Amino acid sequence: MNVPTMADMMAQGKQPEVLFWVGAAGSYDDRAKKISRAFVKILHQANVDFAVLGTEETSTGDAAKRAGNEFLFQMQAMMNIEVLNGYEIKKIVTCDPHSFNTLKNEYPSLGGKYEVYHHTQFIQNLISEGRLNIDNTSLKGKRVTFHDPCYLGRANEVYESPRDLIRRLGVNLTEMKRHKETALCCGAGGAQMFKDAEPGNKEVNVLRTEDALKTNPNIIATGCPYCNTMMTDGIKFKEKEAEVVVKDIAELIAEANNL
Amino acid sequence: MQYLTNIFFIIALIAGIGFFVMNIKKLSRNIKLGKDVNRTDRKSERLKNMMMIALGQSKMVKRPFSGFLHIIVYVGFIIINIEVLEIIIDGIFGTHRIFLGVLGDAFYGFLIGTFEILAALVFVAVVIFWLRRNVSNIKRFLSKEMKGWPKNDGNYILYFEMVLMTLFLVMNATDPTFQQAGIGNPISQFITPLFDGFSADTIHAIERTAWWIHILGILVFLNYLYYSKHLHILLAFPNTYFANLNPKGQFNNLESVTNEVKLMMDPDADPYAMPEEGAEETVPEKFGASDVTDLNWVQLLNAYTCTECGRCTSSCPANLTGKKLSPRKIMMDTRDRLEEVGRNIDTNNGVFVDDNKQLLNDYISPEELWACTSCNACVEECPVNIDPLSIIMDMRRYLVMEQSAAPQELNMMMTNVENNGAPWQYNQQDRLNWANEE
Repeated sequence: MNVPTMADMMAQGKQPEVLFWVGAAGSYDDRAKKISRAFVKILHQANVDFAVLGTEETSTGDAAKRAGNEFLFQMQAMMNIEVLNGYEIKKIVTCDPHSFNTLKNEYPSLGGKYEVYHHTQFIQNLISEGRLNIDNTSLKGKRVTFHDPCYLGRANEVYESPRDLIRRLGVNLTEMKRHKETALCCGAGGAQMFKDAEPGNKEVNVLRTEDALKTNPNIIATGCPYCNTMMTDGIKFKEKEAEVVVKDIAELIAEANNL
Repeated sequence: MQYLTNIFFIIALIAGIGFFVMNIKKLSRNIKLGKDVNRTDRKSERLKNMMMIALGQSKMVKRPFSGFLHIIVYVGFIIINIEVLEIIIDGIFGTHRIFLGVLGDAFYGFLIGTFEILAALVFVAVVIFWLRRNVSNIKRFLSKEMKGWPKNDGNYILYFEMVLMTLFLVMNATDPTFQQAGIGNPISQFITPLFDGFSADTIHAIERTAWWIHILGILVFLNYLYYSKHLHILLAFPNTYFANLNPKGQFNNLESVTNEVKLMMDPDADPYAMPEEGAEETVPEKFGASDVTDLNWVQLLNAYTCTECGRCTSSCPANLTGKKLSPRKIMMDTRDRLEEVGRNIDTNNGVFVDDNKQLLNDYISPEELWACTSCNACVEECPVNIDPLSIIMDMRRYLVMEQSAAPQELNMMMTNVENNGAPWQYNQQDRLNWANEE
């Protein structure tokens, strides 16, 4: 798969249209890597001139910050800003709402000012610019529910971009009772992804999966690699793997367009 | 002798308002114990939020049933208070229904009639509120933090309102000239028959008693506010005005950390540099919050504004799955500790004497703080824009940066971020492998 790096670009004296910020999950997590690849296929189909940082990319520091380690966060942020500014990056797209939020909101006051897009926003723009079409026939009739990632939804009030893309797939979008502003977290945010939950009577991802299953879906769509993991685990816990799949919107589009 | 009641009234009024002002000063001093944070920018946006959210109750109605009832009580409270103005003037000058002469029969009747209808509606709404709190099985009113005083406090407020509304209607019902005029008595005319057969003197005595208890009750209620969750009726306004306007996902970057990180990353900085001769010794800034004085004044204002409705807690994923964390308890603990610090200052002639207590551990446990997913559901839910999440984050910062007391798994995650730029133990050189797999 052709994924150019900024270093390659620079060697050729080129500046890409957009930097794809892959994020730690998208780079290392087996499930999330598929999302990265699906998104790259979409970028290729739309002829987007993009690049990644590759081995020069490092954690945004989001998880460290949410865990309370402001030092580590700012160290990461300043290192990243140095690299990004060195390459004169103006526009960033990412499939990870946590990176999206941190790069967009928390980097500017540390000297990193960029136009930052979540991949659902970016794809939406590609469609409105006429650079991409979504095939609305291949997934037709599927029942889909969308789980709002906290750091995309409440944190940044992006509710419509993912839904717009889902509707364009020609599927039946059924909302969970708790959705948009009132969506329930998947349980991974605030660095919870990296630790066991405190004692309680249920795991958050199981509760959220139950919300989703009430809509009787074929597909649970997400827009966040961490939500994806949590919901996938929830489906396994509920033993519904045979009936329900958890897919990122980028994966659904790549599938619909037969990429 | 004939001025005795007027004088008594004026004394009661001055004492009631004076005591209230004194407590408000204390409240303001306590809030100012918080650290500075600039919330004077974007004034028109702030004003708009205040008008929409506090005055317009826009977030209350997200839960339509309780929101609707709340609006009745709220509108009743504001509108009926016009009547209090008349009562105060009557009380001071010994007049009776002074506005009747000023406004004329028709308009006065319209006003009082409206008040009466509102009073009846408020009464009904308050009874429903009482039933919701005491009879219905509504989970957010049954949480652990709602036992004892918080539960009683909620009920006392409802009793106050029931009594005040009843007194207002009885006062009108036992005013024979007002009833005979037949203006503005849509509700009280049905109460008047209850007093049939009473002598004129007795009825007059009941009317006077109701009048007096009504106004004294209002003064007592005014002063009850400071000791109660009911402060929200005043503080909702500044609280929504000064609330955070940035995206909810944007957490503040600690400036003290920025300075240190810049120094660490500066290749020209001398790590062994001694402080300059004569430079003032500065106490290194504390990172994060372990007590209320480490929080900013908006967070402390939040704590006083919280009316313990529990919408935050009822939407918190950690709480919904049985964890100890309750965002409402975070706010209640912050307020209770702030009150404790305030009392300490009062008894020690204006200075805080260390009491070996703090917000962390004595009120809020690390277990509660670590259960938060930072999902912002509590912030979104709050009808008056309180931000419990910012307090949780500031306290986590203290745990991690001052005490190195993060859960072990998080320490491992942070070590990984530091060493290989990812929360997992993967080699940075493998970061682009995903592109060539499959």
